[in-house]
Amino acid sequence: MIKFALGRLLQAIPVLLVVITATFFLVHSAPGGPFSADKAVPPEVIKALEAQYNLDQPVWQQYFNYLGDVVKGDFGPSFKYSGRTVNELIAAGLPTTAELAFYAMLIAVGIGVLAGVTASLRPNTMQDYVPMTAAMIGICMPSFLLGPLLVLVFGIYLDWLPISGWGDIPGDKILPSITLGTGYAAYIARLSRGGMLEVLSQDYIRTARAKGLSEPLIIIKHALRGGLIPVVAFLGPAFAGLLGGSFVVETIFQIPGLGRFYVQAAFNRDYTLILGMTVFFSTLIIVFNLLSDMLAIWLNPKLRQEIRGTK
Amino acid sequence: MKTFDSPSCSKTTSGNIHSGFSYGLLTLILLLLVGCGTSENNVSNGNRDSILHWGNGTEPQSLDPHIATGVPEHHIITSVMEGLVLKDRKTLGPIPGIAESWTISDDGTVYTFKLRKNAKWSNGDPHIAQDYVWSWWRAMQPGLGNLYVYMLFPIKNAQKYYEGEIKDFADVGIKALDNHTLQVTLTNATPYFLQLLDHYSTFPVHQATIEKFGTADQRGTRWTYEGNLVGNGAFRLADWKINRRIVVEKNPLYWDATNVRLNKIIFYPTENVTTEERMFRAGQLHVSNDIPADKISVYKEKRDPSLRLAPYLGVYFYRVNINQPHLADKRVRQALAMSIDRDQLTKNIVKAGETPAYAITPPGTIGYQPPRQFNFDPEAARQLLADAGYLNGEGFPTTEILYNTNEAHRKIAVAIQQMWKEHLNIDIQLLNQEWKVYLASESAGQYQISRAGWIGDYVDPNNFLDLFLCDGGNNRTGWCNEEFDRLILEVAPKAKTHEERLAIFTQAENILLDEMPMLPIYIYASKRLIHPSVKNYDSNLLDQPSYRDIYLESPIEAAEKDTNL
Repeated sequence: MIKFALGRLLQAIPVLLVVITATFFLVHSAPGGPFSADKAVPPEVIKALEAQYNLDQPVWQQYFNYLGDVVKGDFGPSFKYSGRTVNELIAAGLPTTAELAFYAMLIAVGIGVLAGVTASLRPNTMQDYVPMTAAMIGICMPSFLLGPLLVLVFGIYLDWLPISGWGDIPGDKILPSITLGTGYAAYIARLSRGGMLEVLSQDYIRTARAKGLSEPLIIIKHALRGGLIPVVAFLGPAFAGLLGGSFVVETIFQIPGLGRFYVQAAFNRDYTLILGMTVFFSTLIIVFNLLSDMLAIWLNPKLRQEIRGTK
Repeated sequence: MKTFDSPSCSKTTSGNIHSGFSYGLLTLILLLLVGCGTSENNVSNGNRDSILHWGNGTEPQSLDPHIATGVPEHHIITSVMEGLVLKDRKTLGPIPGIAESWTISDDGTVYTFKLRKNAKWSNGDPHIAQDYVWSWWRAMQPGLGNLYVYMLFPIKNAQKYYEGEIKDFADVGIKALDNHTLQVTLTNATPYFLQLLDHYSTFPVHQATIEKFGTADQRGTRWTYEGNLVGNGAFRLADWKINRRIVVEKNPLYWDATNVRLNKIIFYPTENVTTEERMFRAGQLHVSNDIPADKISVYKEKRDPSLRLAPYLGVYFYRVNINQPHLADKRVRQALAMSIDRDQLTKNIVKAGETPAYAITPPGTIGYQPPRQFNFDPEAARQLLADAGYLNGEGFPTTEILYNTNEAHRKIAVAIQQMWKEHLNIDIQLLNQEWKVYLASESAGQYQISRAGWIGDYVDPNNFLDLFLCDGGNNRTGWCNEEFDRLILEVAPKAKTHEERLAIFTQAENILLDEMPMLPIYIYASKRLIHPSVKNYDSNLLDQPSYRDIYLESPIEAAEKDTNL
């Protein structure tokens, strides 16, 4: 397993290099610079600013300097937020985004697995149709629609919950977490239903039933472990997706997370911030994919055999 | 995929699994999320504790007054720092700030300021005239990249020093005569000079603090962070959580602290205007930074006292690139200007109290009434276009309106496209570009007609007319008129009286309107939602509140209900 993980991590290096290179040259070739503004900026000022951020050097030199800094874990200063480093901005936004993603994931897994398992126990009945229809609606409903709807109902009309902020007012984490988690809950419901249906048709489940084991025991002990493998495989990319894709929810609920920085950085041509965020999110996606693969291997004896076989 | 419908799987069994999991897990999640306590309302709590909750648009990019450039930065900086002069919150006339009094020489070029002896920095250091000499020297260091450095250029030799023509700062017209007397010598009489002293780019900074964290001309040091920033304003920086909030608290060392009634102001970065409006309705903000255009009519219908629309010192206009062959003829540009129905645009498209503009300078700017050379007159416009060789619009090349991606700009462009088609029979295409791309296109002259807006930094026609100087970086139209430049740069500064100066501006603006390198469209309006408990917040042309005067009336339950539309 350790060898497998190390191998995958080594494979990540060229992937990251390609990501950095492509992003670096894309942002530098985009029209408009980080210091252009509505009001005319005197040429002397532009010159001074470019010198300060080493933008007066040839692009290839900037590229190699940047690579050197990234290896040292230094993403450089933000061009737009004077006095802030990219590392500092990531450190400021990450805990919030991670917390939001964690709660969203809890909701997604909790509701998704429940709905999927419930549906799989009596397929093609109302017990199946109702949660699966709800899941389809959940998948189809974008967060920019669900968020404002929840805000209007629970924040404005019922006045039960705060509608913005994160950790400022008790209860302000509920609506954003539900908004972000719902779409993923719907996916997980469908995945877990499919996985469970396949497992429940296996011989070993039939054997368990023949042995007279109780139904809850069969479901929890024997069926869930195999039935949730597709869900586990989905969790890694889903968590990375939750971290990177929380921009809309962060905007709707005024949450001080990473997503808002990412989009603002692109609009501001804040080169170092765009690059830093991209490298950071790419690394996250690679790591979470690896973790979910390792979890799937741990859960699935067949995959374990395959890994051993390749040794 | 095979399915298996277990006959032995009874409803009760699956129901038990379901309910057991669901209630347990959901309770856990909700407990995690809710914590303890109930929903609170910032406005009612703020009214009780004199804490103002302020929607501030975006996260500030810097709180260094010599680096910052935006309105959100302006709001925070003016709460923690102060200039020599303040503006009256209603009339915007100069009132004493750090300077308790001043005298102006007869020729209007020498200003002598007497600083308050009780003025102190927020760390207790005495605030002296030398602070201004050092601060303005710093503001003029090219390495600092101060975009507002031109605010200091009326001072004698300031521009020459900045551009390196003069090396010795002692030759610049800024002198500390003693600890409490500052003398500023200007190149020419500049009637708006006192106004500039209330702009954050001319605010003093605390030398020891800046030097503690870096050199004077170094950008991006940590001197403006919480715990580091030393200011001289009515408030001091207490907390700065990126993208979350900035808290300023009352500064007990402020020279007029006894009259400051707010204990704290909390500035929120409210980028999403729709969310901000919901925050206001939910009682999380006292003041919003903006209001969604489609909500204005709702508030108007309800006659909601929270809605505050007021004239704003800004003009929305189109630049015309006169280097385009078919737009080089001024008759074409005049025809375009005359066939825009501005009344219809302001009443039916923008709808937030904006007024039609027929000149680049907003009316009433320090008593200046811009000349009006044209009206909405499609008949005359058609004639002008025919005179230019495009009878009934025939042969007129398809022309592009460039605007930065924004729904409001698109609506206006669509309306104007239709008006020009209807009245002039010419074809217009719309081109939207992302903000930075649009800026690059416009600066490089790669456009035909381009959307633009200009907000005044100070209340003076000069701030609008100098946009169109030949070498002005903000001109971008290719238009150049020597007589216009002469009037603005040479004649107006030497005017003996206010009336004479305004007459010169009228003369210059007449040239501009005759040549029409820009098409004025409307005068901006400031749009805010302000909770009725906020007192002493007077709308003014610059939409600049006076935080030292604002207070919160507590409690007003009825008014809070009014906000719940």
